[in-house]
Amino acid sequence: MKRIFVDEKWCLGCRLCEYNCAYSNSGVVGMSKALKGKKIYPRIRVEEKGDTTFAVSCRHCEDPMCSKSCIAGAITKKDGIVRVDQEKCVGCLTCVLVCPYGAIAPGENGTAQKCELCIGNSNSSGEPACVGGCPNKAIVFEER
Amino acid sequence: MKRYVIIGNGTAAVGCIEGIRSADTDGRIVVISAEERRVYSRPLISYYLEGKTDLERINYRPDNFYSDNKCEVLYGKKAVSINSDATSVELDGGETIEYDELCVATGSSPFVPPIEGADSVKSKFSFMTLDDALKIEKSVNKESRVLIVGAGLIGLKCAEGLKDRVKSVVVCDLADRVLSSILDDECAAIMQSHLEDNGVSFMLGDSAVRFEGNAAYMKSGKTVDFDALVTAVGVRPNISLVKDAGGKCGRGVTVDGRMATSIDSIYAAGDCIESRDASCGDVKIMALLPNAYMEGRCAGINMAGGDCRFDDAFPMNSIGFFGLHAMTAGSYFSEKDGGETFEIKKGKSIKRLFTKDGYLTGFILIGETERAGIYTSMIRNRTPIASVDYEILKNSPKLSAFDADYRRKALGGVV
Repeated sequence: MKRIFVDEKWCLGCRLCEYNCAYSNSGVVGMSKALKGKKIYPRIRVEEKGDTTFAVSCRHCEDPMCSKSCIAGAITKKDGIVRVDQEKCVGCLTCVLVCPYGAIAPGENGTAQKCELCIGNSNSSGEPACVGGCPNKAIVFEER
Repeated sequence: MKRYVIIGNGTAAVGCIEGIRSADTDGRIVVISAEERRVYSRPLISYYLEGKTDLERINYRPDNFYSDNKCEVLYGKKAVSINSDATSVELDGGETIEYDELCVATGSSPFVPPIEGADSVKSKFSFMTLDDALKIEKSVNKESRVLIVGAGLIGLKCAEGLKDRVKSVVVCDLADRVLSSILDDECAAIMQSHLEDNGVSFMLGDSAVRFEGNAAYMKSGKTVDFDALVTAVGVRPNISLVKDAGGKCGRGVTVDGRMATSIDSIYAAGDCIESRDASCGDVKIMALLPNAYMEGRCAGINMAGGDCRFDDAFPMNSIGFFGLHAMTAGSYFSEKDGGETFEIKKGKSIKRLFTKDGYLTGFILIGETERAGIYTSMIRNRTPIASVDYEILKNSPKLSAFDADYRRKALGGVV
């Protein structure tokens, strides 16, 4: 199964992935309409430490702690993709407490959200938006 | 074909079913369910009262869960004894069910302390099951004054759930602070004042000594008039089936790291067991949903002939009240026990990181809880503080505090 991998050697720290992610998941057509003047809740986040920068998003773990820990049974893994059922999530954030990568965060309405590989997002062209939009190919979508 | 029997139909039972099916797709699974409901998320009953979930969404697994996993569920049946020689379980109707592998996932029961005059209270409840929540929902209205005995996790979630449905909520507790099992004094004070700002009243260091109809006479000499009483002082593990069968028990059922009890072919998981807290080494009851699932799953895998260990449980809680979130994990060692504490305070927000012997052993976060799982993983993995940039972590949990090699594996590999 294809996953997102990041290589900090190539990351420029431009944060375009954060904007592309927020846009892809907004469901709104037109990037400025979707994002301009709004607080964004990207599911991929860039970290910086001195000259080192890299992006972090859900690893879709083989044995995900978040799904085993979800008190609502809202997080499931199917076909290799870990997803949050937004209807069932009550925003307790137990998943945030257990994700070793810090890759889950509450969205605008307080429920947990995370990278779901842009599956089904009309703003994305088949591959995750962070991957297609990365100018230096520091984020790739492939089998490993 | 193996015959699996699971006593209980909660989170640990689901973990057990999924564990069995990961290793054995054919065996027969029988689930003995005292409640006449398919599995729902217990901790969500307060969210139900609050209107954040409903009777459909509260279900912990999809409609077809039991049929997909080829489980036979005996609803409304109670196991009354286990005969380990005959490898069978006797049900309340006299029926017996034979097993090859048994999992005891009987959970816990609310402890209701004997208080004088309790019989005279007409409208009194525990807050443990969905039926409890439905009964409370039916009994209260906008004019109701609710008294909750117990300022722990269950009592306070009940208070939050009821607040907008009733006229007033008063919470009393013998302890002098709220959430005494997971928060220290100062952190508890922050949470208490936030709850008070949102209309919940407290009587701490005080408790009801006598009831008379709708009045509670308190230890302090005060009187509280109420329309509904909720008792949430704690729970007790349901150990009697294992104990009566000769199985080793402490306060909870004793299990090893594979969730096996002291009796052959009998496993136990969830709120009925006690286990070793990996953050301090003490054996205790850690009745928390994530632990219940993982213990159940571990038991299930082993029952089906696999080899699974779950021996790194420790307490952890993520709990919010009226928009203020708290996350806690592990053990808090004081200076006199050889621990060190790092702290940041800012208004309603506080962070405490507890370290001992070069390891992070626990934390309390109120307000800012972003990416707390990075701290949790350090407790679980026993990551030496010396191997990370602790100065970064003190400020906020980040992967940049770890070495590049760890990041290469975590973000560039299959995990």
